[in-house]
Amino acid sequence: MFRFIVSRLLQAIPVLLVVITATFFLVRAAPGGPFSAEKTVAPEVIKALEAQYKLDQPVWQQYLSYLNDLAHGDFGPSFRYPGRSVDELIAGGLPITAELAFYAMLVAIIIGVSAGVLAALKPNTPQDYVPMSAAMIGICMPSFLMGPLLVLIFGIWLEWLPVSGWGDLPGDKILPAITLGSGYAAFLARLSRGGMLEVMSQDYIRTARAKGLPEWVVVLKHGLRGGLIPVIAFLGPAFAGLLSGSFVVETIFQIPGLGRFYVQAAFNRDYTMILGTTVFFATLIVLFNLLSDIIAVWINPKLRHQLREGK
Amino acid sequence: MSDPVLAEGAIKKSVPQTEKGTSLWQDAWLRLRKNTFALLGLGVIVFFCIIALLTPYIAPYGYEQQNLMLGAVPPSAEHWLGTDIFGRDMLTRIMYGSRVSLMVGFIATGVALIIGVLWGTIAGYAGGRVDAVMMRLVDILYALPFMIFIVLLMVVFGRNILLLFLAIGAVEWLTMARIVRGQVLSLRRQEFIEAAVSLGLSRWTIIRRHLIPNTLGPVIVYTTLTIPSVMLLEAFLSFLGLGIQPPQSSWGLLISYGVETMEEYPWLLLFPGLALSITLFALNFLGDGLRDALDPRASRN
Amino acid sequence: MPLLEVDNLTTHFHTREGVVKAVDGISFCVNRGETLAIVGESGSGKSVACYSLLKLIPQPPGIIAGSALFEGNDLLQADDKTLQKIRGNDIAIIFQDPMTCLNPYLTVGEQLIEPLIYHRNISRKDATYRAIEILGEVGIVEPEKRVGSYPHEFSGGMRQRVMIAMALITEPKLLICDEPTTALDVTIQAQILELVKVLQRKRNIAVIFISHDLAVVAGIADNVAVMKDGLIVEQGPVDDIFYHTQHDYTKKLLASIPEGAKPPPNSPLPANTSITENKPLLSISHLKTHFHDYSSGWLKRNQKVIKAVDDVSLNIKQGEILGLVGESGSGKSTLGRSILQLVPVTSGSVVFDGTDLTNLSPARMKPMRRRMQMIFQDPYASLNPRMTVFDTLAEPLLYHGLATRKNVTEQVLALMDDVGLAHAAIRKYPHEFSGGQRQRIAVGRAISTKPELVIADEPVSALDVTIQAQILDLILELVEKHNLTMLFISHDLSVVRYIADRIAVMHHGKLVETGSTESLFAAPQHEYTKRLLSAIPVADPARERKRQVELTQLGVDN
Repeated sequence: MFRFIVSRLLQAIPVLLVVITATFFLVRAAPGGPFSAEKTVAPEVIKALEAQYKLDQPVWQQYLSYLNDLAHGDFGPSFRYPGRSVDELIAGGLPITAELAFYAMLVAIIIGVSAGVLAALKPNTPQDYVPMSAAMIGICMPSFLMGPLLVLIFGIWLEWLPVSGWGDLPGDKILPAITLGSGYAAFLARLSRGGMLEVMSQDYIRTARAKGLPEWVVVLKHGLRGGLIPVIAFLGPAFAGLLSGSFVVETIFQIPGLGRFYVQAAFNRDYTMILGTTVFFATLIVLFNLLSDIIAVWINPKLRHQLREGK
Repeated sequence: MSDPVLAEGAIKKSVPQTEKGTSLWQDAWLRLRKNTFALLGLGVIVFFCIIALLTPYIAPYGYEQQNLMLGAVPPSAEHWLGTDIFGRDMLTRIMYGSRVSLMVGFIATGVALIIGVLWGTIAGYAGGRVDAVMMRLVDILYALPFMIFIVLLMVVFGRNILLLFLAIGAVEWLTMARIVRGQVLSLRRQEFIEAAVSLGLSRWTIIRRHLIPNTLGPVIVYTTLTIPSVMLLEAFLSFLGLGIQPPQSSWGLLISYGVETMEEYPWLLLFPGLALSITLFALNFLGDGLRDALDPRASRN
Repeated sequence: MPLLEVDNLTTHFHTREGVVKAVDGISFCVNRGETLAIVGESGSGKSVACYSLLKLIPQPPGIIAGSALFEGNDLLQADDKTLQKIRGNDIAIIFQDPMTCLNPYLTVGEQLIEPLIYHRNISRKDATYRAIEILGEVGIVEPEKRVGSYPHEFSGGMRQRVMIAMALITEPKLLICDEPTTALDVTIQAQILELVKVLQRKRNIAVIFISHDLAVVAGIADNVAVMKDGLIVEQGPVDDIFYHTQHDYTKKLLASIPEGAKPPPNSPLPANTSITENKPLLSISHLKTHFHDYSSGWLKRNQKVIKAVDDVSLNIKQGEILGLVGESGSGKSTLGRSILQLVPVTSGSVVFDGTDLTNLSPARMKPMRRRMQMIFQDPYASLNPRMTVFDTLAEPLLYHGLATRKNVTEQVLALMDDVGLAHAAIRKYPHEFSGGQRQRIAVGRAISTKPELVIADEPVSALDVTIQAQILDLILELVEKHNLTMLFISHDLSVVRYIADRIAVMHHGKLVETGSTESLFAAPQHEYTKRLLSAIPVADPARERKRQVELTQLGVDN
């Protein structure tokens, strides 16, 4: 298991290198520098600025020095926010985005999985139709539509919950977390329903029943593990989706998280900020994929076995 | 060289009383026809597509036709879905928006379909080491934060609609390749493919007559389900202001305008939102229905 | 009073096609220490009947009616809670496929102790102790270690032992065995049957043994009930059923069991004598087919190599039927596929009518392919589900230029006549046929190219016994009519004995013995052949009883 984790971590390095390289050169190839928007600035000033940010050096030299900085945990200075480093901005935004993503994931897993399992236990009954119709709505109602509608209903018309901010007012975290999590809750509900239906029709479930086990033991002990395999396989992509979803949700609710920084950086052509956040996101996503792989191996003895045999 | 095995027509005259067989396609169609939601979905899609095609001829107003005196008004007899703050007719704008949204959905899915099917078929059919290498590449690409890349691409190269097709297609093909490869792999192990080989049929004949017709089902289902997710992606980007650029319009863009003024003029958010959601509903229902209809396991129960 | 007394049990399902009367009013009873065998073909309702007793039917049925008195209480009237207490406690079940019936995510020990924990309130520690004990009893070596293993770490036979241990751990009064050996090799089957019998005697429990195979049942049953279409057509003591058969269907079942050697050919030609002198049509020498296992990683140097076929040399003479026998994993199917170059051969040669096939270009292979055809095991997988009978049969005819577009229909109809399919079915698709009819289509496709050599890979093992007999006779008839040479691959020695002139036995990729059918059966030379032959159950209760005594004395059951 340990060797598996290490080998997967090693495999992640080339992936990250590709991401960094591609992003770096993509950004450099873009027409229009970060300072071109400000037309009033004198050419000498731009020159000085470019020298300050090492933009006058050959591209490959910039690339190498950037890699070197990265290796030391330095994402470089921000072009748009003079005097502040990308590290600082990420450090400021990360806890907020992480918290948001965590709550959203919680919403998604708890609501999604329990709805899916309940539906699978009594297929083609109201217990199946109701949660699955709700899931369909969740899938067809994207976050950028769901968010404003929730704001409109609970924030503006009913005035139950605050409509923006993060941690400023009581309850202001509820709407963003639901907005971000609901789509994934819907996906997870469908996945866990499918997985559970598949598993509950397996022969070994019949064996468990034939042993006279109570139905809840049959479902929770014998059914759930196998039924959740598709859910776990989806956790990696779901996390990536949550991160990009945070772009929208943080914009709608004016939350000062990483996602909002990223969108702003993209508009402002803030090279180092784009690079920094992209690299950071990529690392997170790669790590999370690894985590979901490890969970998948951990709950599946067959995979564990193969791993031991393979080494 | 023309293939001699195309004599299906010959039989119709020479054999008198035959019992008519029901092919799996006919079987699936019969099942689909019983699924009200899926049929409704199909109807909605066809209807929206026709409207989108005919928009320039049937739109009640001009696309950029403003009426600043009017401003934003709620739905009325002249403007069925109301007008925006510049007094532009919402129905017209949604109709024009549908052209972009649907086009992105279909074309980007088409890109994904072509790359994915080719990649998956080759990997699955070649098998062994080629397959291992090709699929490892897909795994690596899967690990990349593509959404972020698309945002980046749109920023760097400007909001170019062609680029959007390619970028979205480039993300979506991965899953398609996996599905097709899985299908081909399991089919290859089926004995009827071995039987075809032992009959001496050429590789191309086997692929065309035995492999492709049997992979079609899952591919159709997945294609139907990819279209809504692509449309969602486009709307997402447009919402952030990174997708379609004005004066062009798409549902995502209309929604983002609607959000800005939703407190005062909720219909500006409501109607484009409805249009998008209904389309997504329709496509998802159709996809689900097709899956139920084409899944051989469903037919056995 | 019998332990279980079932009266007029009826199970009907509501389906889209209407009401299916799976079980239509059957009555039987079982006493302590007795074995009742319920025998029938697929779809006869034998399993449904037993599952109905414990409400283990997958989908909610329309009706379960009648009564089933177990120790005086009606199981069919019992509520879910009462049933739960009876299941696994008083009545235990062993299922058919040990590969799918154990939960792959839990250790064997965990699954074994569950009945004890939930029925007897025994502590985990004591239950585990008991689990180790019973694992040892059913013949698992080092049970204290194996108790922590997962099901995939056991072989099929071992898993079935685990299933038996799991069923018996609570000392039930009634054991239902649903085809417990059908998924197993014949030598393993003999061991499992013996094990069930020993354990039954020791505990004096009642057994209901469900099987499609009268021969399996002959040695172990006290009473036999024969089921067909949801009804018991005949039941009684085992000797009566076998020796004083009343019902036509039972007679038909008994007659379908392939027994004895191949009947002499009907034609007066000196075929039988000439075969032995004929030159070999196919000669294989030092053939090796090895597979690389890429699953463990595609760049590793020391990949696992599976030697499926390992240095096999064999001749098949013109006009002969060579039976190739072996258990699962022996490499017999791979050998068949290697001959046809359907899998890449590692080394050695396959000479067909003077041409070595192992390194022919695809272009030169094509005309050879026409001359050699294959019949596959699974008639559900071997036909393209999207092609009609006409498409399937016309494809090879047109492709090899054996028919023109004008006369192809005629030829297809002639083929359908040959294999006994009605003309009217020509435009139907495979899923509209039964298993036997599908296999007829597959046979038709194999002979469509007018081949000289046909390789039949377990062509009847997926079929019911009565259908099996029909297909075997069809194959024999066609071999004679078209003067075919055949390699007949099977795990079933009785079938091979019935059809083959000569038999080759394969074990672990190697050929261990070859000989004429008569001599091989009369005087097997190799140790493995002997074991294989002694394991075949015979549809004769007296002989089976005698044989089992001998087996036990010999200590064949390890």
